[in-house]
Amino acid sequence: MNQSPSAAANAATTAPRAAKGARFAEFRQAAIAIVAVLGGLIIWQVLSLNISPLFLPSPSDTWAAAIELAEDGTLAKSVVASLARIGSGWALGILIGVPLGILMGHFRIIREIFEPYIEFFRFVPPIAFITLAVIWLGPGEESKVALIFYATVFIIVVNMIAGVQAVSELRLRAAASLGASPLRTLLTVVVPSTVPFMITGARLAMGNSFLTVVSAEIVAAQDGLGALIWTARNYGRTEWVFVGIIILGLLGYTCDRLLRIFARTFLKRYSVTV
Amino acid sequence: MPAGASIDLEGVGIQISGQKIVSDISLSIAAGEFVCLLGPSGCGKSTLLNAIAGFIPVEGRLRVGGREIRGPGIDRGVVFQNSDALFPWLTALENVEYGPRIRGVDKTERRKAARHYLELVGLGHAIDKFPAELSGGMRQRLQIARVLVNEPSVILMDEPFGALDAQTREVMQHELDRIWRATRSTIVFVTHDIGEAILLADRVFTMTTGPAARIKAIVSIDLPHPRDETDPGAIAIHRELRDDIGEEVSKVLRQQGLREKTA
Ligand SMILES: Nc1ncnc2c1ncn2[C@@H]1O[C@H](COP(=O)(O)OP(=O)(O)OP(=O)(O)O)[C@@H](O)[C@H]1O
Ligand SMILES: [Mg+2]
Repeated sequence: MNQSPSAAANAATTAPRAAKGARFAEFRQAAIAIVAVLGGLIIWQVLSLNISPLFLPSPSDTWAAAIELAEDGTLAKSVVASLARIGSGWALGILIGVPLGILMGHFRIIREIFEPYIEFFRFVPPIAFITLAVIWLGPGEESKVALIFYATVFIIVVNMIAGVQAVSELRLRAAASLGASPLRTLLTVVVPSTVPFMITGARLAMGNSFLTVVSAEIVAAQDGLGALIWTARNYGRTEWVFVGIIILGLLGYTCDRLLRIFARTFLKRYSVTV
Repeated sequence: MPAGASIDLEGVGIQISGQKIVSDISLSIAAGEFVCLLGPSGCGKSTLLNAIAGFIPVEGRLRVGGREIRGPGIDRGVVFQNSDALFPWLTALENVEYGPRIRGVDKTERRKAARHYLELVGLGHAIDKFPAELSGGMRQRLQIARVLVNEPSVILMDEPFGALDAQTREVMQHELDRIWRATRSTIVFVTHDIGEAILLADRVFTMTTGPAARIKAIVSIDLPHPRDETDPGAIAIHRELRDDIGEEVSKVLRQQGLREKTA
């Protein structure tokens, strides 16, 4: 190599410095987030001092309620019930939505057949289907999973269509002149090219699943976080509502984090940047 | 490696969205010949190359190795100007293996072939790198290796070194010259760079300004390889080609000037 010694020395000193800078930025971000959350808790506590706990329970009331719900097992049961519904509906949405979106993006005729339905139902919220879901599928798990599936599948399909259409023409031509048939091109070039769009779709769909599970459980469920929030009304336990809301937020955040870590770890080569 | 195949165009015309891009082109390229296509920007060089690759339909007759072209095929390898044509989720080795994998060559054999061609283009040390981790020149060499491993009888190159700096380009030109003499494939090479054409080609085809571009002139370059741009013979040809292209470029400018006046 014809690199000058001073340039090499420079590179050696700047690399750790850059790493240190990145670590500092991360630390700074975490510190600000913690301070912001603590500040919010303090404001909440102060506000709740002069307000009836039925109207605004204090953070400590909420914490006590959380402990109470955790000890009698309600909390764990609710979390498991809701997560199971979210997980199945969301997974089903991906399982159906990803291939459907890829086929729609790739084959014009399939796109033309399904497009009117996608463009129509995309604007009808899942809540509008709750009654129908219960009539058709009963009050059990099926209706809730179906609603979450409904809430996820369109966003994934729309994302995948965009992903397929963003595949570089150059890459398709390269595959064709390297001997790939249209079907092989679809499997070996189009599908890997759309992985970043799968991740974006899955993340958006995760958000939709959380929105939907609460509505579904409020209308027809004995367990789950939505049910917990709703039954709190019957006992005048506003702090349970707060517990439910906070747990939902934390669960959503955690699921998204896990998804991003998974994508970053295993799908790095597909240019996934989340 | 199979020797190159001939390329024959008879009255070839190409229309894109109703516009005639090139018209009535007839030419013959011999098996194993290195030909450069030279012409003003926008005249239709890429279009003509894409037609030979089988990416776009043509009027007239277009034959490679005596057979009519119907679509893309592994007998014609394409090196694109833009290295986006590489598969970014595959390593260098996997990119080169792609063709043999599609053809169903077994794993150890295709690995071996891929390694061989990566070494031939000087990427033996970078086989596990992803395209994003390679420099521009390395990516173009990777594209070349990916094409060579299929042992095509024709290699089509669209300004493959256009985005490289002058030094890297010169290295690449010499490597391509060496590879071509080793493989004896037929090469059609599109370029803007007259010096590059003289360094590489047996014959240079210049094109007229579009629309409905045609072949303007054919210049044979009978200099020994490896060539030197400062050779008196090379300088004479350079001048000839420059005047030729210059005429077409000023035609373009005149057309544009005319359009501005009427607008
Ligand atoms: N997809 C397309 N739709 C419409 N017109 C096109 C299309 N592709 C190319 N053209 C037109 O065809 C003409 C020739 O294009 P082409 O890309 O072949 O030129 P070129 O000689 O390769 O130019 P350059 O040297 O700048 O790459 C241009 O005038 C361009 O506007
Ligand atoms: Mg071009």
